[in-house]
Amino acid sequence: MKAFASILVVVLGAVLLHASKDFPLLGDAMSPANNHPVARHYIEETVNDTHVRNLVTAVLADYRGYDTMFETVVVFVAGIGILAVIGVPTARIRQNENLGSTRQFGVDSDLIILQTCRLIVPVLQLFALYVIAHGHHSPGGGFQGGVLFGASYILLALSGGLREALRRLSESLSFRLAAFGIVLYAGVGLLSMALGGNFLDYAVLDRLLPGDVAMARSHSMLIVEAGVGFTVTTILFVIYANLATRGNLEDGL
Amino acid sequence: MIYVLDFLLLIFLVVAAVISLRLKDLLGASMVLGVYSFLICLLWAAMGAVDVAFTEAAVGAGVSTVILIATVYQTRRISKD
Amino acid sequence: MDLLEYILGKSNYWASIVLMMIGLHAMISKNNLIKKLIGMSVFQTAIILFYVSSSAKRGAKIPIIHPHGDHADKADHAAEAGHHAADAVHHAIDATAYENPLPHVLMLTAIVVGVATLGLALAMVQKVYAAYGSIEEDEVLAAIAEATANGASISMPSPSDSPAQGDVSPS
Repeated sequence: MKAFASILVVVLGAVLLHASKDFPLLGDAMSPANNHPVARHYIEETVNDTHVRNLVTAVLADYRGYDTMFETVVVFVAGIGILAVIGVPTARIRQNENLGSTRQFGVDSDLIILQTCRLIVPVLQLFALYVIAHGHHSPGGGFQGGVLFGASYILLALSGGLREALRRLSESLSFRLAAFGIVLYAGVGLLSMALGGNFLDYAVLDRLLPGDVAMARSHSMLIVEAGVGFTVTTILFVIYANLATRGNLEDGL
Repeated sequence: MIYVLDFLLLIFLVVAAVISLRLKDLLGASMVLGVYSFLICLLWAAMGAVDVAFTEAAVGAGVSTVILIATVYQTRRISKD
Repeated sequence: MDLLEYILGKSNYWASIVLMMIGLHAMISKNNLIKKLIGMSVFQTAIILFYVSSSAKRGAKIPIIHPHGDHADKADHAAEAGHHAADAVHHAIDATAYENPLPHVLMLTAIVVGVATLGLALAMVQKVYAAYGSIEEDEVLAAIAEATANGASISMPSPSDSPAQGDVSPS
């Protein structure tokens, strides 16, 4: 197997390196990828259309919003998948199943670590909310803020024990919030369909949101980013909680 | 875009990837994968892809490393190859 | 220095290809399941590196439009800067001054999907370890062969096997 893998890798690598002769040099502004009319349209027209200065957020949440909705669904399905593999009662891995001696899971947390992390967690959560909300004007957006928020719960679990984190965000609440995030995203799309436009066509939501058409697009982007943030936060925490305890959420890492 | 910085980071990147895959201690391998994620995040930030770098720093160097270490903790720490 | 310029211009692509091959080799030939997943992670980030390299532009700004458009330094606009500042953003934005945002967007999705995949794969690794006691591929395959040779079915432990083992009911 190793010989086959080595030969395959060498041959494939040689073919790809030979093909790299035709790639444009790094930094070429006139390369086909950079010169494409779609890319130029996004750079030139985004601020006029949506009043959002961060091009990546605008393309992610508005021009390619359908893509992002299904990406959120993928994250949610991964959470459900982890639940199905190790989280539900019939799938839970027992303590002494093929594992030899049982381990001692201690939940006694170190005082310095606990108190330091208690200072960090609220600041981290506030920063995560800022990243979600300010994603229109600076690097950020729903995913980045959602991951930061989820990481704050993971930090709480690492420093004070998983029970502390589960007291604040239990598994059932996590899944409800994750589903709510997707419902919020798809709900915005269905609402715009109900008002006469296409699915996820934010321009027709101008009737319900303050400001002109471009501001309506900006506000709807914030709403869908919040939905993405909900899902990503809770599912990342669920992934960590299930992986750290082999599904039974009894004692933490 | 500073080309020399770019080139150095690429060399470190390849070295980190090879080390991560050759360590027998899986805890060390996960940590070096975290280093690899940080280096590639720096590379993307140097190339101007700030959103991608932000996401990789949060996801790759943060959550991904933590869940990998959690799994190593629950299974075996030393691998045979 | 043409050769130097050529090397610096293509080194990103070469590094991406080398990393892809490292990741692919690890996924195929390593026995340990966690090493396979590390290889998968390296492969995914190498692909993302390739895409992001294709969107780089020399001397371009990051893809966040500067608040005063591109004409903040033009002297002949200074007189109209008073009430035209609000419209400055609506001046034509030079497309070659900003990075191409499209690959960045696609790669954001790729990173998040990658971590979701990694999480699920790690859960499966834990399940394999619990069922067969090992995460080395050859030992697992041997255990499966032995289990089927003995006629036992390969089933996951069910709740009826060992009652009152400290299993809490879901609350």
